[in-house]
Amino acid sequence: MEKKVIEAIGISKSFHDPITVKVLSDVSFSINSGEFVSIVGKSGCGKSTLLYILSTMDTSYEGQLFLDGILMNKKKDKELAKVRNEKIGFVFQFHYLLAEFNILKNVMLPGLKLGIFPPKEIEHRAYEKLKILGIENEAIKFPNQLSGGQKQRVAIARALINEPLIIMGDEPTGNLDKKNSDMVFNIFKELAEEYRQTLLIVTHDMDFAANTHRIITMEDGKIISNL
Amino acid sequence: MKIKLITQISFSMLYARLKQTTVAAVGVTFSITMFIALLSFMAGLNDLLDNLILNRTPHVRLYNEILPSIIQPIDRMGVNSGTYNFVKHIKPKNDLLEIRNSEAIITALKNDPNVLGVAPKTAVPIFYNVGVINLTGVINGIDVDAENRLFTFQDYVVEGNTIDLKNTPNSIILGIGAAKKMLIQVGDNIQITTNEGNRLQLKVVGFFQSGIEEIDKVQSYATIATTQKILRKPASYITDIQVKLYDMTKAPALAKSYNKLFEVQAIDIQTANAQFETGSSVRTLISYAVGITLLIVAGFGIYNILNMMIYEKMDSIAILKATGFSGKDVNAIFITIALTIGLVGGALGLIFGLGLSALIGQIPFNTASLPTVKTYPINYNINFYLIGAIFSIITTYFAGYFPSRKASRIDPVDIIRGK
Ligand SMILES: Nc1ncnc2c1ncn2[C@@H]1O[C@H](COP(=O)(O)OP(=O)(O)OP(=O)(O)O)[C@@H](O)[C@H]1O
Ligand SMILES: [Mg+2]
Repeated sequence: MEKKVIEAIGISKSFHDPITVKVLSDVSFSINSGEFVSIVGKSGCGKSTLLYILSTMDTSYEGQLFLDGILMNKKKDKELAKVRNEKIGFVFQFHYLLAEFNILKNVMLPGLKLGIFPPKEIEHRAYEKLKILGIENEAIKFPNQLSGGQKQRVAIARALINEPLIIMGDEPTGNLDKKNSDMVFNIFKELAEEYRQTLLIVTHDMDFAANTHRIITMEDGKIISNL
Repeated sequence: MKIKLITQISFSMLYARLKQTTVAAVGVTFSITMFIALLSFMAGLNDLLDNLILNRTPHVRLYNEILPSIIQPIDRMGVNSGTYNFVKHIKPKNDLLEIRNSEAIITALKNDPNVLGVAPKTAVPIFYNVGVINLTGVINGIDVDAENRLFTFQDYVVEGNTIDLKNTPNSIILGIGAAKKMLIQVGDNIQITTNEGNRLQLKVVGFFQSGIEEIDKVQSYATIATTQKILRKPASYITDIQVKLYDMTKAPALAKSYNKLFEVQAIDIQTANAQFETGSSVRTLISYAVGITLLIVAGFGIYNILNMMIYEKMDSIAILKATGFSGKDVNAIFITIALTIGLVGGALGLIFGLGLSALIGQIPFNTASLPTVKTYPINYNINFYLIGAIFSIITTYFAGYFPSRKASRIDPVDIIRGK
C-alpha cells in the first residue's frame, strides 16, 4: 500500500466579500506517493483556491488537511512556513523569480532557508537540478536575461531543491507556447517516472491532463470525477 | 546561518535600490552631522559663557553687610512686658565692612578638606580723579598669587603683568574701560580719593579686561597691602574671603554652615548666579530639540524608502513566503535594511559631525570682551556622539518597524492571485 502524501477531508471554503459565496464544498481526496495527478475544471470552479489551501498558504477553511500524515489545521505561521519549505515545491503560472539574485541563487534560496546542508552542497544540488531541466548554462545569468520558458524551468528547479514530498503547480504552462509547455510537461513526466516525484498540477490543457496518472475534475467547488 | 541568509537577502535588496537607499542614508548622515555640530558648538558656547562668570566667581564668598541692627536698644528693656515697640527710620550704625577675626577664619578654611583654596580680598570704593572730574570705581585688594591660582587672574590682564602688581609699591591694574575713559597708558600715574577724602597716587602697571564692560569700567586691582594703605587700616583688615571648593555642588550647604560658624554673610555661587544655569539649560534643550527633529525627518525618509521597496517587492515577498520564509524572517529582512541605512548613515554622520565641529572650531572669533578666545568654542564631548549614535539607531528602527510589519503580514495568496 502506497503512503498518502496529501489527504483532504471535507474541505469547504467561502468568500464573504462582497457577498458570501461558497467556493469549495466538502472536497475530499487523497494523493499517494509517486502519483502524477492533474486537476481540471471550468474557470472559476475553485481549483486555485483548493491548491492554496493544500499548499498551507491559505489557512481559513473548514475541514481537515493532512500532509505526510500530519494535521495542518491550527499550526502556527512559522510552522507552516517550515512545512512549505521542507515538503512542498510550488510552481505558479508566473515564475516569481527574485530579480536581485542570479539563477543559481534563486534555486538555492529555499535550500539555504532549510539549512540542512552547507551552502557549497546546496550550490552543487542546485546545479544538479538545473542540469535535469537543461538550463545549467544559464546558472549565473539573472532572471531578466532568460526567456519565459527558461524562467519557468528555473522555477521548477527551485521547487525541487529541497526534494519535496509533493510538487504543486497552478497552470504552470499557462503562460507558455505549445513548444515550451510540451517541454515543461515532459519534465514533469520525467520527474514522475524517473524520480518517483509526486505531482499535483492544475491545468486547462486537456492534452496535458490526459497524459497524467489521474485526473480530478471539479465543478462549482465540488469534485465530480476522480479517475 | 539564518542571520547570514537574512542579511544576504537584505543587502541584495539594498543594492538593487542603491540610489534611493543612498538618499535615505544621506538624510541620516546630514541630521547626525548637524546634531553633533550643533550640540558641540552650543556646549562650547555654554562653557565659554559659564566660565566667563564661574572662573572668576568664588564658590562661596564670605563678607559683612552693613544692616540696621535687628535688636534695638529698647527691645532689651522690657522683653516680657507684652508690649510692642515701633521704632521708625532706623539707620545702620557706622559699622565696619571688615570681617572680624579674618586670619582665624582663613586658617580654618584652609584646613577644611572641601576647600581648594582661599583668596582674601579688600574692596574699596574710590574715585578716580581725572582733572576736575571724579569717576567712581572700586579697587579690589587681592592676594596676587591666590587670585592667579584660583581665578586665572593673569588671563584677564591684557597689558602688563600681575607680578608687577606685587613688586611695585603703590601700583594698580586698571580696568580697561576706566583706562580708556581716562586716556591712561601703562606706566602713568593716577590720583584716587577715598570716601573719607584720603588721596593717593598710584602707578598703573597693567590693564584688566573681564569681558563684562560694566566691570571693566569700574573695577581695578591692587594688592591687599596697597588697599589697606589707602584706607589707613591695619594689615588684618579684610572685607571678603573668597573660597573655591573641590566640588562646586557643595557650595550652598557649606555657605550655610560657614554663615553659622563664622558669623558672617556667606553666599554660594548657585544663589549668586542662578540665571546662568537657566540660560545654559535652555540653550542645551534647544539644540537637542533641533537635533532630534532633524533625526525624525530623516526617519521619515527611511520610512518612505522602505514602503516603496516593499511595494515594489511584493512579488519577492510572496515567493519568499511561499517557499518557506516566515513572517518573522520577512520582518527581519526589512528591519535589517532599515538598520543598515541607519548605521551607515549614522556612522558617517558622526565622522562628518566631528569634522564640521573641528571646522567651526577653526573659524576666528575675536571679540573685545573675550580676550582669551580666538576661535569659536567647541566642546568635544563623547556623550554627544553616543547620543547621536543611539538616536540614529532608535529612529531608524522605528522608521523600519511599521513598513517591516506590513511586509511580514503580506498574504502571498493575495499577491499570487493578483497576477
Ligand atoms: N479573494 C476573493 N474574494 C471573493 N471571491 C473570490 C476571491 N478569490 C476567488 N474568488 C472566487 O472564487 C471562485 C474560485 O476562484 P479560483 O481562483 O479558485 O478559480 P479557478 O478554478 O482557479 O479559476 P481559473 O481556472 O480561472 O484560474 C471564483 O468564482 C472567484 O470569483
Ligand atoms: Mg486558477
